[in-house]
Parts: sequence; structure tokens; C-alpha cells
Amino acid sequence: MASELKVPTMAEFFASGTVPEVLFWVGCAGSFDDRAKKITKAFVKILNKANVSFAVLGTEESCTGDPAKRAGNEFLFQMQAVTNIEVLNAYEVKKIVTACPHCFNTIKNEYPGLGGNYEVVHHTQFLKQLLTEGRISMEGGAFKGKRITFHDPCYLGRANDVYEAPRDLIRKLDAELVEMKSCKQRGLCCGAGGAQMFKEPEKGDKDVNIERTEQALETKPEIIAAGCPFCNTMMTDGVKNKEKEASIAVMDIAELIATAEDL
Amino acid sequence: MHYLPNIIFIILLIVGIGFFVKNVLKLKRNIFLGKEASITDNKSQRWKNMAKIALGQSKMVVRPIAGALHIIVYVGFVIINIEVLEIILDGIFGTHRMFAFLGPVYDILIGSFEILALLVILAVVVFWIRRNVIKLKRFLKPEMKGWPKSDGNMILYIELVLMVLFLTMNGADYQLQQMGADHYAAAGSFPVSSLIAPMFEGMSVSSLVLLERTAWWLHIAGILFFLNYLYYSKHLHILLAFPNTYYGKLTPKGQFKNLQSVTDEVRMMMDPDADPYAEPADDAVVPDKFGASDVQDLSWVQLLNAYTCTECGRCTSECPANQTGKKLSPRKIMMDTRDRLEEVGKNIDANKGEFKDDGKQLLNDYITPEELWACTSCNACVEACPISIDPLSIIMDMRQYLVMEQSAAPTDLNNMMGNIENNGAPWPFNQMDRLNWSKES
Repeated sequence: MASELKVPTMAEFFASGTVPEVLFWVGCAGSFDDRAKKITKAFVKILNKANVSFAVLGTEESCTGDPAKRAGNEFLFQMQAVTNIEVLNAYEVKKIVTACPHCFNTIKNEYPGLGGNYEVVHHTQFLKQLLTEGRISMEGGAFKGKRITFHDPCYLGRANDVYEAPRDLIRKLDAELVEMKSCKQRGLCCGAGGAQMFKEPEKGDKDVNIERTEQALETKPEIIAAGCPFCNTMMTDGVKNKEKEASIAVMDIAELIATAEDL
Repeated sequence: MHYLPNIIFIILLIVGIGFFVKNVLKLKRNIFLGKEASITDNKSQRWKNMAKIALGQSKMVVRPIAGALHIIVYVGFVIINIEVLEIILDGIFGTHRMFAFLGPVYDILIGSFEILALLVILAVVVFWIRRNVIKLKRFLKPEMKGWPKSDGNMILYIELVLMVLFLTMNGADYQLQQMGADHYAAAGSFPVSSLIAPMFEGMSVSSLVLLERTAWWLHIAGILFFLNYLYYSKHLHILLAFPNTYYGKLTPKGQFKNLQSVTDEVRMMMDPDADPYAEPADDAVVPDKFGASDVQDLSWVQLLNAYTCTECGRCTSECPANQTGKKLSPRKIMMDTRDRLEEVGKNIDANKGEFKDDGKQLLNDYITPEELWACTSCNACVEACPISIDPLSIIMDMRQYLVMEQSAAPTDLNNMMGNIENNGAPWPFNQMDRLNWSKES
């Protein structure tokens, strides 16, 4: 295992009178979900390797309110939003990066109307930027020639028109990027959005994540790449349901890069 | 008596257009039963969207076959209207082929109308086959039974009949021109109808005139009928697609609007200087109800959306919930909204301009909570709509009503919301443990 993670907090920066380049918004899944924590750590390893000056809010972070808003609880959403904005503004945060498209969408699009104005980027966009600026370098390594299909998270793709950053990163791994039947603008939801993650699905013929996994399997992938902790869980469950977990891995873009760089 | 046809024509025209105007006014009144939504921003972007999406059909071609066929019917419809203008002027003044003075330009016009008419007939036949023989999945959903199905076919039949009448009229005219009949001076070129003209060979001038006049009258009467049929049909989109794309959402699809009434309340709650026991100011507005349970709670843009929907079902066929057999169909949401709005409109007409409670509403009587809760808010329906309809906004407004007015969220969601409220996370974890991951190996 590589060296210990360096995870500074905003409070520490504040105490030393400096500001980091970017705030890493970890999100609830990234903080608490065992699978998603691996994504968080992979991303931090890359940040550490690239010597990016970043900080997290740590215990001062709270849910953005996305699931409450999508479930229809505008009141709870705004309570969360206003509280978070107070914290962010108190630290004079300018730029935020997050690995969760739901946090990304909410902070980027819905917080400005409530007084929270920040430059918000998804971690795939940030990694692409680091690559372009030469602050990280990537070699194919473990993924050279592997068939990878990318599942577009709705709240990154359709909701915010980010389609190319994650794909560019996959191509940089010298991997073979294969597209599913429904991709980009017409990508099929993993089934978790709109607060579905937290409830049983309505009655139907099958669950959405199974349908999506079937589309992914049609591309005969070795890896299903995702850019959202919820999509990751849904696709992982789908692959398990099809009993393919031994041959197909579901990985976040940050994990792909961290693994390729042996971090 | 010489002017009788002109008089009859003018009466027909006035009645046809008058009835249409009456229905358009009713349509406008119904749409503005919705809540105020002032949309005055980004005018140039909005005009661009209308030009690109409605006029330019840019989103129709996402599905190439239906898109190409639709463009033929659409272009045919728009261009043949120049012919209709001539028909109307001829009808009023008792002239024949008034625009013939344009000479070669007129030849090109009539020639291209004819080719388009033939293409429209072919497209309509393919459309009919798609609806009735091939049985495409999206035309077979439960919401497409009954009137929506017959309405779809009816439009195709009317278009077919109109085009056949147009070509018959021209064919008989062509034959009369060949025979040098009075009043039928040689004008126009007839690349398609000249092919059917041989069928009329051997007919006398008077029978040909009868045939030409009959086709002419039926054609214009048919057009006036079609104009008035629009109000009762999904075909209303040929008019409303234009304003609908103009007023379409410009912000990112993932950006849902923040309710101002809630913002005001949250601000007051968070304000340490606010007096919790203060009497409300005299001019304080009573907050609206949260979300939507009936059509009057929706904005007029959402109601315009409902009238604009042409029931093509592209939204439903892209919907992940619908694809996996759940009850939600974004198209049904739009159709239900329109049906309920029509019902409310009729209620108002029947009660001298006042809505009388009929014990019904959009929620439950039309749209069930089961449909609403199946939505993943993925925006596939919004992306798929060729004319910028936003079914998701209605779903979200109705969820707001269920949660904020009725506390009727599914239990799991109540647990999730309770967790956010108490721990700042949708799961029951302590906020103080948020950074634990950084110390775990």
C-alpha cells in the first residue's frame, strides 16, 4: 500500500491563513458508503501525487439536499443548501471539485439562486484539466487494450452536457472505449436518480439497473466505467445479478487512473 | 346569381375562420388558467431555438425515418399554403389561377406543389403502416387506446384526401387547358397530375368542369375543416410548436427551479434577528400551496406544453421507468394534463366563466402517485421531445405537492429525509464521522 493519504481540511487551511486551490466536496456516498469511499481515496491519491493544494470540509460538510429536492421536499433542500452555502462562503470558497454528479449539479446549478456562487467541476473534468496542464501524466499500464464501456451518469451527461471529459481519460489509458446502445444524450439511467436510490422501485418487469447492465454486457466489456458513486453501486449490483462479477469490474474513472498509475 | 359562388365561398370562409378563432381564444384562456411565469429573458436565444427546433426540425431527425417523413409532410404543408392563398383569392374574386401571371415562376410553383403532394401521399401511407401494420411499440401503449389512436389515423386520412383532391383538381384543370376550354387558360406545369389526366380522356368539357370545381370546393372546404379539427386533436402541435420551443427551458436540464416562497421562509428561519412571535405584516401574501395537484397549480408554460404534445411517444420510449415496465409514461403525464385542462375549461364554460368544484383533480383522478414516484428525474423524456416539452417539471411539481402538502412520500423516502434533517446525510450516519474514510486503510 502506498503512503498515507494527505487530507487537509478547510479549517486547517483557515487556521494557517492560507486558501487551497480547490475544495474537494466529498459527498455523502463518498464519505459513508464503503464502495464509494474507495473512489474518494483513489481521487485523493491522484491529488496527492499531483501535489494539488486541496481541502475537504470534513465534519463541516453536509448533504447538498439533492435527494430531498428530487423527492419533492423543497423546504429540506433549501435548509441544507443555505447551511452549506454559509459554510462555503465563510471559507471564501471559489472552486469546488466533486466526484458525485448529484452534488456537482446541485451546487453548480441550484446554489447560485440561493447565494452560493462557485466554479464547480466534476472530478473527471478536473483530472482532464490536470492532464492538459501536465500536472499528471497517464500511461495505459494495466488497462492497455482492455475493452471499457462508459456509463453516462444522467446528472453529469444530459443534465449538464459533460460527455467528453470521462471518455478522453479512458482513451488516455490506451483502452478500447466501446459505446453502449444508449449513450451520451440518449444514455439510460442507472435507476438511482431522483432519490430512487433510497427507496424500493415501483412494480415493473425488471429493475432499471438490470436493463442498463444488460446494455453494458452487450458490449462485451472487461470493465464498466462510471463517474458517479450511485451509478457505480447500481451497476455493481447489476453485474452481480448477472453473476459476472468475476470477469467484469465496475470502476470509477478516478480508480482507473489511480490503478493505472499504481497509486 | 352570377356572384352566388363568391358569396357562398366568403360565407364558408368566414364561418370556418370564425369558428377557429373562437376556439383559439378558448385555448388561450385555458392556457392562462396556469400560474404566472414571466419569461422575458434571452430573447435572441429563444428565437434561435424556435428557428432551429420548430422551423428547422432539428430534433425530429434524431430518429431518421420518422424524421425524414415528417419533414416531407411539414414542408408540403407549409409550401402548399401558397396554393391555398391563391384558392382563397380565386374564391373571393371568382377568378381562376390568379397567380398565373407569374409565368415561369408559376410553373415552378405548381410543379413543386405537385411533387410535394405526391411525396406527402407516400409519407402518409408509410406513417399509416407504421401506426397500424408494423405496430411500433410506442404507438401501442395503454394511453394510446381509443381517441388518441383514431385521432392519429384521422389526421393521416384527412391529409391523404386533401392531397388526392388537390391532384384531381389539377388533373382535370390540365385536361381542360389541353382542350382550350373557356376560363381555363394554359397556366402551370403539372408533372404529377398530368400522369392521372389520361383517366379523364373522353370526358366532356362540362363534366370536367364539374369534376374540377367539385375537387376545388372539397379541397378548400377540407382545409377549413382541418383547421377546425386541430383544436380537438393532437395536431395542434403544428401551431403551438412555435411558441412552445420559444418558451422552452434554457437552463441546464439538471437545474430545477428554487421555490421563492420556501426561500423567503427559510431566510426568515435562519435570520437570528427575526422575531419568531411577530405578527405577519398586513401586506404579507398568504403563501401559495406548495407544488401542484391540479392544472391551475401548474404554470401556463406547462399547460402550453400539454396542448403542444403530439403524442409521438419519443419521451415514453426513452423513459427508463417505462422501458422496465413501470406505470410511468411521460406522454401520459402530458395527455392527462391536457385532458384535465379541457375538462376544467368546459366546466368554466358551463358555469358562466367560473370554475365550480367538480370533486376531481389532476392528481389521483388522472395521474397516480405510483407513476410520479417511478421517475428517476433522468431527463431522458425532456431530451427526447422534438418540441421542447418538459414532462419532468410536472412530475416534480406534483411530487412537491405530495411531500410538502400531504406528507405522502413513500416510507423509505421519509426515512431518507429524516436522516438528512438529523444527520446531514441520507443514511443514518453521524456527521462527526464524515472524515473517517481518510484514516481507514
